[in-house]
Parts: sequence; structure tokens; C-alpha cells
Amino acid sequence: MADSAAIRSLPGRANRAEAAAPLARRAQPSKSQPGRSLRLPTGKLLPWLLPTLVIVGWQAAASLGLVSTRFMPAPLDVAAAGWRLAQTGELWENLWVSFARAASGFLIGGGIGLFFGLANGLSNLSEKLTDTTLQMVRNVPHLSLIPLVILWFGIDEGAKLFLVALGVFFPIYANTLHGIRSVDPQLIEMGRVYGMNRRELFWRVVLPGALPSIFVGIRYALGIMWLTLIVAETISANSGLGYMAMQAREFMLVDVVVLAILIYAALGKLADSLTRALERTCLAWNPAYRNT
Amino acid sequence: MSAATALRVEDRSAHRPDAGLAIALRGLTKSFDGGAPVIRGLDLTIPAGQFVAVVGRSGCGKSTLLRLILGLEEPTAGRVTVDGGVGNGAGQSKKIMFQEPRLLPWARVADNVAVGLGRETPRAERRKRALGVLDEVGLAEKAGNWPATLSGGQRQRVALARALVSRPALLALDEPLGALDALTRIEMQEMIERIWEAQGFTAILVTHDVGEAVAMADRILVVEQGTIALDVPVDVPRPRRRGDPALAELEGRILERLLGHRA
Repeated sequence: MADSAAIRSLPGRANRAEAAAPLARRAQPSKSQPGRSLRLPTGKLLPWLLPTLVIVGWQAAASLGLVSTRFMPAPLDVAAAGWRLAQTGELWENLWVSFARAASGFLIGGGIGLFFGLANGLSNLSEKLTDTTLQMVRNVPHLSLIPLVILWFGIDEGAKLFLVALGVFFPIYANTLHGIRSVDPQLIEMGRVYGMNRRELFWRVVLPGALPSIFVGIRYALGIMWLTLIVAETISANSGLGYMAMQAREFMLVDVVVLAILIYAALGKLADSLTRALERTCLAWNPAYRNT
Repeated sequence: MSAATALRVEDRSAHRPDAGLAIALRGLTKSFDGGAPVIRGLDLTIPAGQFVAVVGRSGCGKSTLLRLILGLEEPTAGRVTVDGGVGNGAGQSKKIMFQEPRLLPWARVADNVAVGLGRETPRAERRKRALGVLDEVGLAEKAGNWPATLSGGQRQRVALARALVSRPALLALDEPLGALDALTRIEMQEMIERIWEAQGFTAILVTHDVGEAVAMADRILVVEQGTIALDVPVDVPRPRRRGDPALAELEGRILERLLGHRA
């Protein structure tokens, strides 16, 4: 089982290119955040203008025979493929499997990252003990561990969880640590002078002060979470969206491949929107997060 | 001098000096990391309810003196006695107002004020008292705001409310008005003076501004090189008028002293 997966996981150049395409798509939205001050009165509809135009143009090009549907299916074909797979239940099953992997990997890696970030931010001893080690491990690209991880875990859930957790760990660790370090020392002194004990100081001053930075870490981590999962599922899996796309490629079902890529994009956007909503609730005090 | 103080205290029927803490410093010395002492064998007695201003050049040790009185620093030698008991730590009876408001940006105004009350006070009681003292500083309608939506002067008023909400017996003011514009500063001075007269706490104001010191204080201490170089009463009745010639004359004398010792 593990052997056949390992064989399949040595794809040709074309496969790598396909695997890389959704990665590029994911990387963009999470990095283009700071431009939010540019707002026009048309408000909520405006951001969707460009995607709509692209889809309409794409459909027109396909219908007029300008692009070969063998390599780039029309949007309506992709929608039809989606409908077909939804009917058979295949789509939901793979979607659920991928979501569960992403979420559990994120919770495990993010939880550990948060723990070490807090511990090293609050305790010099803990930082001296672990930070150098963590920084060294950080410089290993986690995706380069895929061959090793396949040897260890085969293509089981463990492999995906491990990779996602590892990828998610560092942004959350580094940003939590930075957030705690950059809490205004004057506020901490004020808390002490006004009689807060260590627990109160943490919950009322340190943690809220570190929260904006922790959220930055969460956003980066969400990007890395999808990226890692897609690569892992594309290379070695027997379920999930990435597996669905790879299967479809073998049968030349281009519409399903494109469908999978679009679903990745939609899931990434959804995760980003959820984080934003959470930021708006948790960071309402910060003028930078109001009215976004 | 103390007779004069007593006389003026009697004049103000609202003032209750019994609500304040008396402070005695004996042979107080403080040096940091074995360096030259910042405070050198300083002796000082502040009667309960007095409004004392401490002026001096930057680095003369006036802020360190304030921190020693509050128990935020340990003296290298000598001792600080507050109302008979040897003071350590800034408990609920001693409060400080910093140069910056130092409000928690993630807590609403009323919650920031409630920081001034210990967790032993029940929640509902904390809120009630916070709203009460916000009313005193004229910010009752801002109770639900985020600090980021307030002006600099309003933020410093919230900080004042936070310091006062526990009804402290000693209020230490560490250049709290330095960052405010001239008109806001005068309004704040009058507000602090009014509340001090009504509540009777002991007030120690550290300031660069000699004009502010003579306008507000009963007594002015000029600190130079870690000792008290000058200790003068301000025998001008309250309410004091801005530009009073007696105040101006005193301000001139103190400034001369400060500038005369320029290295």
C-alpha cells in the first residue's frame, strides 16, 4: 500500500505544475490585505465585479470555440461536473475529508504553536531552552519532508495531519511570541501598580495586547494549511479533494480538475472571511480593524 | 509654615485632611546597580492632606523619589513611613497617575476606570463607582467608548478617574499634564484641585512646570542632586487666580534657583 503510494508520488513535471497552480492562487489573497482603505461607495458588490467578468469572458471564449475545452472546460461544464459529483455524494465526501484534515491539523499545529509562543513570550527560561531549536527546525521547508513522512506514515491520515500541523505551527508560534514581546511595557507597569496579579495581568493586559499579532499568525497559517494539504493530497492520498483532482486527471476529466481548483479557492476565501469576522469582533477596540 | 497650612485648611470647610496619608522619609538613599546615588540621605515630612509639588531639572531624582514613596522602588538605605506603617507596594490607598494615560485600548472607558478597584469589589459595585467617578471628571457620556475615540485630554481624565475611583488616601501625579495643550492643562489643574479639596487626600505632584506647581500646591520642594534644595510654602489662598502677582513672584524665585544652579 505504502509502496504503491510512493511510486505514484513520484509524478512527472506536468503533475508538479498542476499541484503548484492552486498554491499560487492561494498565496495572493492573504498577502493583498493592507489595501483595504481603498473603498468605493458601491461597497459589497464591487469586489465581485472582476471575478464575474472573468467567468463570463471565459464562458464566452469556450462557447465561441476560442479555447479548446479539452484543456480548459467552460464554466458551465465545471458547474455540471460539480452537480454530478454532488449528486453521487462523492464531492461532499471528499470535501468533508479534506476539511477534517485541514481543521484537525490546524488545531493541533496551531495549538502547539500558541502554547510555545505564550510560554516563550512569558518565560525567559522556556525561550532560552526551546527558541533556538524551533528556529532551526523552522528553516527546513516542511514540504521537503514529504518523502520521509510517507515512509513513516504511509498515505494514512497521520501523514497529512503531521504536515499540516508542522506547516501551521511556525507562523502562529512566531507571531504569538512577537505579539507578547511587543505588549507596551508601560501598560504592564500600570497593571502591576494598580494591583493586578500575574493571572489578571495575563488575561487583561498581555493576551489582549498580543491578539492582533496572533491573528496575523492565524491568517498566514490558514494559507499554509491549504497549501500543505493540497500538496499532500495530490501526491499521496486515497480520499480528499486533491485525490479527487488527481483521479480526474488520470481519466482526462478536466472539468473535475478545474472544479477542485475552484473549490480550493473558495475554501481559502471562506477561511479568510471567517478570520476577518473574528478579527472585527475581537479587535473592535483597534481603529485599524473597525469598518473593514 | 505648618501653622499657615493648618490655618488655610480650616478656611476650606470641605477639605478633610484626615482622609489623607501622612508621609515621613528618614535618611532615604537610593542608587541603581551600585552607581552614584539618585537620592542622597533625604529627610522629609508631609502632613496628611497636603498638596506638595516636587520640581527639579530632568534627572534630579524627583520621579525616583515619587516611586520610593509609593513603594515601587526599594530604598538602598533609610526608610519610608506612610501614616505610621512602613509602606510597601501601592495598595488601594495609594494611586499614581502617569504622564501617559496608559489606558487599556481593548477595554471600554468604564472598564478602564474599574481597573482602579481591586477584584475584591463586586462587579456591579465596580461599575457603579466607575460611572460615578466618570461623572465627576465630566465624562459620564463616554463610559461605553473605546479609549481610541477620545482626545488626549479626555484620556487623561479617564486616567484620573481610574486613580480616584478607589478613593485613595495618597495620589501621586508623575507629570500627568505634560503632554496636554495649555488650555486643557489649566482645566485639568482646576479639576484636580477641586477634587483634592473635596476628598482631602494627600497629593504629590511631580512636574517640570513651576507655574503649575505654584498654582496648585500648598508647598513646593525643589529637588537637586538627590536632596531637597528648597522647601517653600505657597501662602496664597484658594481659589487662586491665574496671574496672581504673589504666585508670579514665587514662580520667579523658584525658577531663579533652578536656573542659577545650571552647570
